[in-house]
Amino acid sequence: MNSSIGLHIIRFVTLILLQVAIFNNINFLGYINPYVYIIFIFLFPIRDNRLILLLVSFVLGMALDMFLDSGGVHAGASVVLAYSRPILLKFSFGMLYEHQSVNFNNSEIGSLISYVAIGTLLHHLVLFSLEIFNIGSIWLILKKTLFSSIFTLIVSILIIILFSQNRK
Amino acid sequence: MQQIINFVIRNKTFLLFLLLFGVSFALTIQSHSYHKSQFINSANVLTGGIYGTINSVDQYFSLKTQNEVLAEENKRLREQLLNTLADSSNTSIDSILGDQRYRITTADVYKNSYALTNNYLTLNKGTKDGIRSDFGVINSKGIIGIIDNTSNGYSTVLSILNKKSRINAKLKSTNHFGSLTWKGISPNVMELVDVSKFAPVKVGDTIVSGGQSAIFPKGVEIGLVESFTTDIGGDTYLIDVKLFNDMTNIGKVYIIENTDKEEIESLESKGNE
Repeated sequence: MNSSIGLHIIRFVTLILLQVAIFNNINFLGYINPYVYIIFIFLFPIRDNRLILLLVSFVLGMALDMFLDSGGVHAGASVVLAYSRPILLKFSFGMLYEHQSVNFNNSEIGSLISYVAIGTLLHHLVLFSLEIFNIGSIWLILKKTLFSSIFTLIVSILIIILFSQNRK
Repeated sequence: MQQIINFVIRNKTFLLFLLLFGVSFALTIQSHSYHKSQFINSANVLTGGIYGTINSVDQYFSLKTQNEVLAEENKRLREQLLNTLADSSNTSIDSILGDQRYRITTADVYKNSYALTNNYLTLNKGTKDGIRSDFGVINSKGIIGIIDNTSNGYSTVLSILNKKSRINAKLKSTNHFGSLTWKGISPNVMELVDVSKFAPVKVGDTIVSGGQSAIFPKGVEIGLVESFTTDIGGDTYLIDVKLFNDMTNIGKVYIIENTDKEEIESLESKGNE
């Protein structure tokens, strides 16, 4: 149990540093950046308390906001993602989730991708809506959401697969 | 009472979600409202320190371009110097009394962003170096922004690439003023609005800072007129300005303090009473 808490703390700090040092400076085609720190929310243990997940996600988003001077947009988006996670899990993993036996290390790749993809889209939609904060720029919001989501999805899946233990 | 407690316990996840999202939403709205400093900003010891470490590595990769920029600026300053020496014969005797109106501090950019709609920079100088909020920030090629928040050793800059930023600017050849704003699309095109219809605008004209705000000195070069249209009312021009500066690649900047600022502002506030 202790080692698993340690693992999550290390993951939390590493993801923030990676996001700030590398992923925010990619600026592919001028404005597309992946926001891979949300992997932390995706991989948070399922059996743990949802209240803790909400609080930790809020702190994670707040830390990002502090680094990026963005007010509260990352905190808001992360909290929405954390709150809707059970619905996403149920949709993507179905029976496995109901039996509390989802294991990210050796789950089916299709389920994993759909879980991460829907979550990323939701998170980015909230993120860019809050960031741009102007209903007149709805096309800009949707464009940024789509392109950044594709980028985030590819990088996130690669990271999850690379760092998962004993995947067949 | 019992029912209220039961309700809270039953819906505790949803209530916590509402609370946390409400806090984030409030902070977001606060960051969108004009000219109010943020509670959460990157001018603190933790973020500043981490950005400093990243920057110390990152600097090595841009040494060559930074050197070229500095050499080019040296060349231009040297030209100016030689030209003033040449016509120094007709300077009036009063120039000896000319005191220093602007104090300049150099700083390193620790963080720069240009892909968001509200961009900020983080610099490695703060209150202990005499930096205060509302000082101007420029580099060798033009205006960067205005100091927003300061801590002991760091400060954040409201970039000109920020929807909240409005900077007084004018045509170089005449005195027609306007406000320089950003539309949030390209990091090297800005828009000059509220320019009088009587101004003789041409594509390729130079835009410089206006010097009305007591933040920037008059005549700092900003960019060239790329295209222009009249606005819907037909009374003013909307001018697209292509920046001289590459806002995506900024290493060293100069922070400008106008030592006469307080005097000017107190004089202007007297006029408003």
